[in-house]
Amino acid sequence: MVPEAEFRSYYGQPVIKAPVWHVPHMPLYLYLGGLSGGASLMSAAARLAGHDRLGLTARVTAAAGATLGAGFLVAELGRPERFLNMLRIFKPTSPMSVGSWILAAHSGLSALATASAVMSAAPASAVAARLPRRVAAALPAAGDAAAVATALTGPLMATYTAVLVADTAVPAWHEAHRELPFLFAGSALASAGAMGMLATPRAQAGPARVAAAAGAAVELAAGAVIERRLGLVGEPYREGRSGRLMRAARALTAGGGLLATVAGRSRALTALSGLALTAGALCTRFGVLEAGRASAADPKYTVVPQRQRLESGDRASTAAPARSWP
Amino acid sequence: MAERVGFFTDTSICIGCKACEVACKEWNDVPDDGFVFRATSYDNTGGLGASTWRHVAFIEQRVPAPGNGGPGGPSGAGELPADSVGPGVETGADGERPGAVVGEPVDRWLMASDVCKHCTHAACLDVCPTGALFRTEFHTVVVQADVCNGCGYCVPACPYGVIGRREDDGRAFKCTMCYDRLRGGLEPACAKACPTDSIQFGPLDELLERAERRVTDLHGQGRTEARLYGADPNDGVGGDGAFFLLMDDPEVYGLPPDPVVTTRDLPAMWGWAAGAALSMAGVMAAAFLRRRR
Ligand code: SF4
Ligand code: SF4
Repeated sequence: MVPEAEFRSYYGQPVIKAPVWHVPHMPLYLYLGGLSGGASLMSAAARLAGHDRLGLTARVTAAAGATLGAGFLVAELGRPERFLNMLRIFKPTSPMSVGSWILAAHSGLSALATASAVMSAAPASAVAARLPRRVAAALPAAGDAAAVATALTGPLMATYTAVLVADTAVPAWHEAHRELPFLFAGSALASAGAMGMLATPRAQAGPARVAAAAGAAVELAAGAVIERRLGLVGEPYREGRSGRLMRAARALTAGGGLLATVAGRSRALTALSGLALTAGALCTRFGVLEAGRASAADPKYTVVPQRQRLESGDRASTAAPARSWP
Repeated sequence: MAERVGFFTDTSICIGCKACEVACKEWNDVPDDGFVFRATSYDNTGGLGASTWRHVAFIEQRVPAPGNGGPGGPSGAGELPADSVGPGVETGADGERPGAVVGEPVDRWLMASDVCKHCTHAACLDVCPTGALFRTEFHTVVVQADVCNGCGYCVPACPYGVIGRREDDGRAFKCTMCYDRLRGGLEPACAKACPTDSIQFGPLDELLERAERRVTDLHGQGRTEARLYGADPNDGVGGDGAFFLLMDDPEVYGLPPDPVVTTRDLPAMWGWAAGAALSMAGVMAAAFLRRRR
């Protein structure tokens, strides 16, 4: 336990503002972005390794996750009709700007990859019949190229959101900027693996189970490091509502990950593992958002570390090149 | 670009009249921010936000008596005649400043008008994805209401908790340092209205010199607790365009003691994210390799 810290404040009021992002929009976007990123990576690997059935699941999951996620992101804005203002500039100092461009590229590529996969899975469908011949002929190759290209956008899609939350004044997020990308990457692998195993015949879902188990392990390891390294600032990950969500996430992810290693044996085990991992990934995202709120709401997380810095003569500076805009 | 201008808020002479809060609301047509009885002090405004661009903090304290280098005495006692200090309080002997009997604790009242710091390295500006936040020709930081799409990113990014999103409007708002008045050659409404000149407006360099002199004066009067806040261009935000003279630790006024612009660590953050992204690809590749055998 971290001993109760002594500090002064203005009537216990917060120093910084808590994130105004809504629940469930924001955590669902974080989950869906991770799911889509992990799934697209799986679709690319499936294409290269010749796992066509798993590849189909992965492509559909990637496209659906990106589209649904983008929907939540737009709904989250204070002025949704101005969503496209995100694309009026490219701004390297803003992870949200960088992320909007990643999302735009990623959702386009994964939609193309899915369209081609669905067409070739159902070549006799009405839509396929109506396509101009030249488009129909080019679609499979274009779709495969797009799927392989999402091997680049997918992992960025899954991890940029960690930079997004870490690049704030919220202590529990900013101080966890090393671990959060790994937490989200592991969780994305577990989510995509879970979806792959739930929606693919068991005989062809082997790699999805491996990805799910490995992702769960990465997620658990990153979570453990956050708790150990952050000290006082990491308290919201252990205590209160956010602490309960993080504990639930850990139990579900550990259980689901272990089950994934034996899930090939039966449908029931597959379903159990897939659902537990999905629920775990969701709890992780809701927990991280809640931890950020708790961290901003209590002035001690802002004041105590800064005061300690001052007292140890280690005051902050921008001597390191500040990436300032403009 | 014009000369950099700013605010020097000398809290040692603030009388807590809230003229700045009112002037700001009137000039900028800032809407109602709620009538909340906070039951803390004379402050029912609470803090800065989307619809509060100046906020006067009130802190009542019992502190050791002045005279022996300790903090104490009512704010600005250096300028006041001894008989204005209040009943039951004696003037210290031997030319000491007015105050309580040495050793006896006294009441003191701190008041401070807070505002957006118009940081040299502004986190709100760095993270804004639409370019709605921009740096003006006066080196101030302003939101363009016709561009902001209400993404809310600037809100948790500000290390001082200044900017907020109006939930009924959907967009983010904060102090503009009266951009319209500046362009018209006028000083901002709050500085204009401040009856004690606690809020001073002018070229930042001049303000900094004046503030240094004021601290030296106060120290000379034994008010050794006086210190500048946000005046150091080497601090975590590269110095503030709106800085303060405080009579106690910053956190007592609700200010962060050692703020940092979060984007300072952005290259490191992307580095860790790249590592995680690569590991993710590696794990997925391995998952498929294992099945092939
Ligand atoms: S104080 Fe906050 S809102 Fe004002 S310029 Fe600095 S970061 Fe932006
Ligand atoms: S809420 Fe508006 S001003 Fe703030 S970061 Fe988003 S677009 Fe920029």
